[in-house]
Amino acid sequence: MGFLDIKNVTKSYGPVEVLHRVDIAVQEGEFLVLVGPSGCGKSTLLNMIAGLEGISGGDIAIKGRVINGVHPSKRNIAMVFQSYALYPNMTVGQNITFGLEMHGTPKPERDRALADVAKLLQIDHLLDRKPGQLSGGQRQRVAMGRALVRNPDVFLFDEPLSNLDAKLRVDMRTEIKKLHQKLKTTIVYVTHDQIEAMTLSTRIAVMNKGFVQQLGTPKEIYDTPANLFVATFMGSPAMNIVPATVEMQDGAPHARITDAEGAPRLLRFSQANLAGWAGKDILLGIRPEAITDPEGADRKSSNIQSFANRVTVTEPAGSDTFVTMTISGKDAIARMRADATVAPGEVFDFAINMEKAVAFDPATEERIPA
Amino acid sequence: MAAVTQDTAVSTGRITRTFIYVVLIVFALFYLLPLYVMGVNSVKPLAEITGGNMMALPQTWTIEPWLSAWSTAQIGVEPTGLKPYFLNSLLMVVPAVAISTVVGALNGYVLTKWRFRGDTWVFGLMLFSCFIPFQIVLIPMAVVLGKLGLAGSVPGLVLVHVVYGIGFTTLYYRNYYAAFPTELVRAAMMDGAGFFQIFWRIMLPVSGPITVVSVIWQFTNIWNDFLFGASFGGTSQPMTVALNNLVQSSTGVKEYNVHFAGAILAALPTLFVYIVAGRYFVRGLMAGSVKG
Repeated sequence: MGFLDIKNVTKSYGPVEVLHRVDIAVQEGEFLVLVGPSGCGKSTLLNMIAGLEGISGGDIAIKGRVINGVHPSKRNIAMVFQSYALYPNMTVGQNITFGLEMHGTPKPERDRALADVAKLLQIDHLLDRKPGQLSGGQRQRVAMGRALVRNPDVFLFDEPLSNLDAKLRVDMRTEIKKLHQKLKTTIVYVTHDQIEAMTLSTRIAVMNKGFVQQLGTPKEIYDTPANLFVATFMGSPAMNIVPATVEMQDGAPHARITDAEGAPRLLRFSQANLAGWAGKDILLGIRPEAITDPEGADRKSSNIQSFANRVTVTEPAGSDTFVTMTISGKDAIARMRADATVAPGEVFDFAINMEKAVAFDPATEERIPA
Repeated sequence: MAAVTQDTAVSTGRITRTFIYVVLIVFALFYLLPLYVMGVNSVKPLAEITGGNMMALPQTWTIEPWLSAWSTAQIGVEPTGLKPYFLNSLLMVVPAVAISTVVGALNGYVLTKWRFRGDTWVFGLMLFSCFIPFQIVLIPMAVVLGKLGLAGSVPGLVLVHVVYGIGFTTLYYRNYYAAFPTELVRAAMMDGAGFFQIFWRIMLPVSGPITVVSVIWQFTNIWNDFLFGASFGGTSQPMTVALNNLVQSSTGVKEYNVHFAGAILAALPTLFVYIVAGRYFVRGLMAGSVKG
């Protein structure tokens, strides 16, 4: 049993079920990120934990207490909203202590709590201002202050960074992570941004169409995605997915693909159990950073395969150079060192780290277990 | 950066401009004329008016017509002046405006932030009440007032106007609150605020513009209403009915100066409300309509 238990939870609007039997046990101090495209049910799930939406089936429990019918204010949770939802007519100080006031906390205690939170978030100098006079980042801090001041069991974040500009978003991301490391609170965080999910979380639940597609640590999600959806949703640029056929050679399974000219090529798999798929079609998944120039290849990998192929486009991005090529008739992207010398139209000798390659069943789109 | 010059923005010549101003001034004078006539004639003796000088400034200035209209003029059969009726109107309009506005705000709050099954139907039906002509409800209203024992009293008129006004005030507040972020209400809910605390602490403080609209609209409509006042006023008739009785009296000399003074007296409160709150009026209307 976890600290926050989501047991078999479903949500339906009339006959339409939008969330199907979600099962997640969150441990104390964990940072769980719910990530998925819009309409996947992640915000609905968060609102159900918050008590803003009813639960159609199953139970949600905090510290072992089922909170299904409990009013939002009595669940001992706090939420940071996407729009911050600061009360425009109150000062920052009043905004932060409003919840304490509503719960009947005496004034001196409120003031003390406010001072602590303001110091923690470095917003002491803003307490007398109205939200309208604050910048986006400051509003974000105030919204977090309002959540922190109540010292709740669980923090809920609903896409808190999506209203900030790109640079501020990265800063606030680090800020939230720092805060979590310092306070060790339990957090459920909703985002559609897979980089936020990867960087912040201790565990990720990737959601799509009302199903939890995969629940695991960022590394598990990234390296061993449960299915095609998770593989392509997490990671930027997305994982290259190319059709391939499994072929046995020298007793080891190989992926048979074609290069830009359509000539067949073989790449040896590291996973021996793919021998069971000999002669069958699969989808081969390779992350862009697993296709590099030979000098940039991972030295610890035991299975670097050389693969000469014609380059279609190069995109220098400063820190890396992205190179597009055609594999088995599909575009594939390689992430190279910035100073790798590649030119479009030329044939380049790539190095593919097959240790990181994954294979999917084309029929079910599930990963073939290694 | 160089200052932007005006010459390309509005390419009107001197002549066009003069023409526009002349037209505008003529129209302004035209619309102000009735007010001028009322004003000057209310401060001159009756003899000067009947002498045929409607447009001229008074030769002898007098406030006698105003005093007469206020406290001694013959209204119906009693020589009471408009004073008691003015009071009736005030006693009617203040609670009627206050109640209909508060109820409208609560309705708008519930219809947007505490939505329930069939809420759009409820709102639609309330909206429908805005389109029902006064005359249609006279008979049923009379029956209801009679059953409640409120016929012919100020509270009866208050009830009538509240019932009639709720459709409009609900429309205003619903559209205004529809643009109000629901996340704020949710945040307040999680902070532990109840239904009325959210309304009082979160919604009302930002409802200034729409409240002004609602108050002006309700005040002018209720103050200027004649039909309900004449039908259900009984012994406590409002200002409008009294003014009619003053002006339409068919016996004796027609005291035009007193009539003019009375008419201005009857119009003063609405004028006052417009001057005090008028600039918020347009702003509030826009806020409700554009975002809603």
